[in-house]
Amino acid sequence: MIERTVRVTVNGRRVEKTVEVRKTLADFLRDDLDLTGTHLGCEHGVCGACTVIVDGAAVRSCLLFAAQMDGHEIETVEGLANGETLDPLQEAFREHHGLQCGFCTPGFLMTLTCLLRECPNPSDAQVREAISGNLCRCTGYRNIVTAALTAARSRAASARP
Amino acid sequence: MKPPRFDYLIPRSLDEALGVLAQHGEDAKVLAGGQSLVPLLNFRLVRPAHLLDLNDVAGLAGIRVDDGHLTIGAMTRQRAVETSALVRERCPLLAEAMPQIGHVQIRNRGTIGGSLAHADPAAELPAVVAALDGELVLRSARGERVLTPDRYFVAYLTTAAEPDELLVEVRVPVTPPRTGVAFLEVSRRHGDFALVGVAATVTVDEAGVCTAGALALTGVGPTPVVARDAVRTLVGARPTPAAFEEVGRRVVAGLRPDGDLHASSEYRAQLARVLSARALARAAERAAAGAERAKSDRR
Repeated sequence: MIERTVRVTVNGRRVEKTVEVRKTLADFLRDDLDLTGTHLGCEHGVCGACTVIVDGAAVRSCLLFAAQMDGHEIETVEGLANGETLDPLQEAFREHHGLQCGFCTPGFLMTLTCLLRECPNPSDAQVREAISGNLCRCTGYRNIVTAALTAARSRAASARP
Repeated sequence: MKPPRFDYLIPRSLDEALGVLAQHGEDAKVLAGGQSLVPLLNFRLVRPAHLLDLNDVAGLAGIRVDDGHLTIGAMTRQRAVETSALVRERCPLLAEAMPQIGHVQIRNRGTIGGSLAHADPAAELPAVVAALDGELVLRSARGERVLTPDRYFVAYLTTAAEPDELLVEVRVPVTPPRTGVAFLEVSRRHGDFALVGVAATVTVDEAGVCTAGALALTGVGPTPVVARDAVRTLVGARPTPAAFEEVGRRVVAGLRPDGDLHASSEYRAQLARVLSARALARAAERAAAGAERAKSDRR
């Protein structure tokens, strides 16, 4: 086949689209669903800018085809904020200057969202290991690590009764 | 940076997949996790007429122990192997190598069979399977073949699998008692392809003398390099730094690694020598610790 109709859930919304089978998940999100928060840097799996969450796991959306996503659940950076209210991780990025140009930020946010779900109280080393597959060329990584650790702490604090 | 056109096929069963390969094997590429193949497609370095996606084929993923072997289905995600308690217990060398493959986003999608079928000489999994004397199970509509790593890995990015054959599982022996393992590699940045990697195992007897060892290297030849003769000198010897350094020297005596932009031939050889000695030393230390634990458990 050269086209396939897929039913996917994107940020909780069910979508049905017919796609050319060679279209990557990243291009599908950006071009077909207008979810342009997912950025494409290298398009060969090195830079991590296009990281999204599929069925709970952080993956490179440039290395998946939309045609493979039938029946799967996708989360993108657009799913993090609640209206105008930023997610605690986004808030921490803003607070700690975890971004400059912002191009790599969606990938970092999705990678770290996954990390904090699996490991709510990560060490500095665990955060660094987790983001080793995401490239940032502006800020360096120190502020991103600080933001992740702060978000973890604020989540823990808000979870306490 | 967009893939060329291809015909996309989604078999639901292994028989269906093998049928497609029997018909189109020469013009088809098999899509497993896609972490190596999709970049090649995006760059248009490969232009298959048919792309055969295994992700919906039932029964190709899973980890089990039977008959003294750990058997892993080809479509098992690398991350599932990494986090498997069974793998950690029964095949610690595999468990230690897994987190050194790419990054977590790659391992979430990448499969064990995909990496073995891609056969990149810098990759960790081929060396682990080679060090452990594992077995690679190939299926086709014609039947099944089981190959040893030295028969399976033929050349750079080339395996002995025929166009109609599919790698369906890999088996490695369960690690015997009083055996220590280590997987060490040096890469320029964490998660990059390693310049050189070394997989090592050392088994000691109750008196602490080496009874067996194995060593396989990445990045120093077109296929994983198994240093069988060099390691044989350890058998019957005390595990000392001098003994491991001697093995390291023997390992590189027969090696002429290719140099490239990232590392010269001489530097790769140096890494192979030093990492071999270090990996054996760490494996021996762990073997001794394991033997101690076994002794105190008996008391």
